Amino acid sequence: MTTLIILSVLPLVLLYFGLYKANKALLPVTVIGLLVALGFAVAEWNNGAQPIFTGMMLFDNFSVAFSGITIISTLLILLLSKGYFEKISSNVAEYYAIILFALAGIIVMVSFYNMVMLFIGIEIMSVSLYILAGIRKNDFASNEAALKYFLMGAFSTGFLLFGITLIYGATGAFNLEAIRNWVIAHPREIDPLFHTGLLLIIIGMCFKVGAAPFHFWTPDVYEGSPTLITTFMSTVVKTAGFAAFLRLFSACFAQISDFWAPVLVVITVITLFIGNITALYQQSFKRMLAFSSISHAGYLLFAIVALGAASASSVLVYALAYSIASIIAFGALILVQQQSGTDSFDSFNGLGTRNPFLALTLTIAMLSLAGIPLTAGFIGKFFMFTGAVSHYKIWLVIIAVVNAIISIFYYFRVIIAMYFRTGEGNTLTVPAYYTFVLGISALITIVIGIYPDFISNLI
Amino acid sequence: MESFLNAIKTVPLNHYIMLSAIIFSIGVIGVLLRRNAIVIFMSIELMLNAVNLLLTAFSVYRGDASGQVFVFFIMALAAAEVAVGLAIIVMIYRNTNSIDINVLNRLKW
Repeated sequence: MTTLIILSVLPLVLLYFGLYKANKALLPVTVIGLLVALGFAVAEWNNGAQPIFTGMMLFDNFSVAFSGITIISTLLILLLSKGYFEKISSNVAEYYAIILFALAGIIVMVSFYNMVMLFIGIEIMSVSLYILAGIRKNDFASNEAALKYFLMGAFSTGFLLFGITLIYGATGAFNLEAIRNWVIAHPREIDPLFHTGLLLIIIGMCFKVGAAPFHFWTPDVYEGSPTLITTFMSTVVKTAGFAAFLRLFSACFAQISDFWAPVLVVITVITLFIGNITALYQQSFKRMLAFSSISHAGYLLFAIVALGAASASSVLVYALAYSIASIIAFGALILVQQQSGTDSFDSFNGLGTRNPFLALTLTIAMLSLAGIPLTAGFIGKFFMFTGAVSHYKIWLVIIAVVNAIISIFYYFRVIIAMYFRTGEGNTLTVPAYYTFVLGISALITIVIGIYPDFISNLI
Repeated sequence: MESFLNAIKTVPLNHYIMLSAIIFSIGVIGVLLRRNAIVIFMSIELMLNAVNLLLTAFSVYRGDASGQVFVFFIMALAAAEVAVGLAIIVMIYRNTNSIDINVLNRLKW
């Protein structure tokens, strides 16, 4: 609870800093505020959580764990932002404030205990992101990304709301507990209101997390937005989307998984194939990462398809591994883009000699995204596949492994470009902030890969 | 107030559901077919208002106020979305002198 209050007040404080032109203080204050919020979140660990505000929110271990990793990812991303926003506009305080407002919405999303709070959390996050996608006001790609994201986001909110309404019509409640009790009381019958509502909620949530066939906005929005914002969208926002998706389904609809699991299995398979196969054909590294985020959404859906006690921890591990690796990839992309001006694969040629450290961390990130052993990505995939196998969904795991092999082709393209192609261009200098973030992220990736126990047993 | 609620209940609940579903579908079709950003935006509002209507009807029939409270939240957040959305559309218009979404083809759709 204190975390949410801090994250709501901090942006207002930052806006005052902007008003009084204290731009130098913005980043330190943001970082300190986030660390304090993180501390208060951790302090609520194992506190015997009860629903508060008449059953609106529940800050249980699930919400603490996901608040923790979203705050940590935001911290790492904001450290990359030093000097980034100043190039776009002189009013930088607003950007920090909007990112933190989005984070406040995310905290609501991972700790809701009532459909109303789910909707409010998603909206706070989305409205902030519509603004962030369009912060380069004179750049046409950024404008286009903002409009597409806005139209598609509002459209999907409509589906989500209609679903919530139909479920309210059937059960008479927005509270997750009341809905679960209704589901338990009516196990076998098909209620047209309830089950239509459930399908509409699945459509709405799949739009939000970017799962095929509702993914078509993802590549354009990710490519058009400023790279730092893309990093935020593809890591923190995706994690929050899946946390909310999982929380909703494990709290309410676990009993009737026979009804919705086949729908999600189809969505998972389509997502995996579309994400991976389309990523093979991309010439732009940024657009490749967008499609790779679609394919990772497919792997994350495994936890919901094979819903069980271990789902939460496997989503946690996978989301952390994916977020950290993506932060490295996008951070390296920002540096390379600043030097060469393009985001094509060719701009990575010869990075192994131009800057060995950057090339090494990017290699670790690519190995982790591809799921090679001894990296965090492998552990994440391992947990996901174990969950699916324990539900006897062997063929689904086989499809996923085939897709993991496909993904190696496009992730290794970067590694080959870095080490085996010679590129022109001078040595690339990495600022100290970037060294810190990339180094820490690479370290976390390897530590989780070698010793996953300390995170996999959390929830 | 009581007579007002009774007046709402003289129409069967199924009719409200059908009406809302039809309005919602008109909204969805509008989003998919129209090319003008403002009209798409209006269609989205139509979808949200179909939801509001249905929530109110359910709320009256169940004698439960929480549905109507949700309507207030939807209205407030839809207003916030309108503010941001219109600002984005104005930004596009300044750069392209058009609000037709067909000009948005720099990125592959």
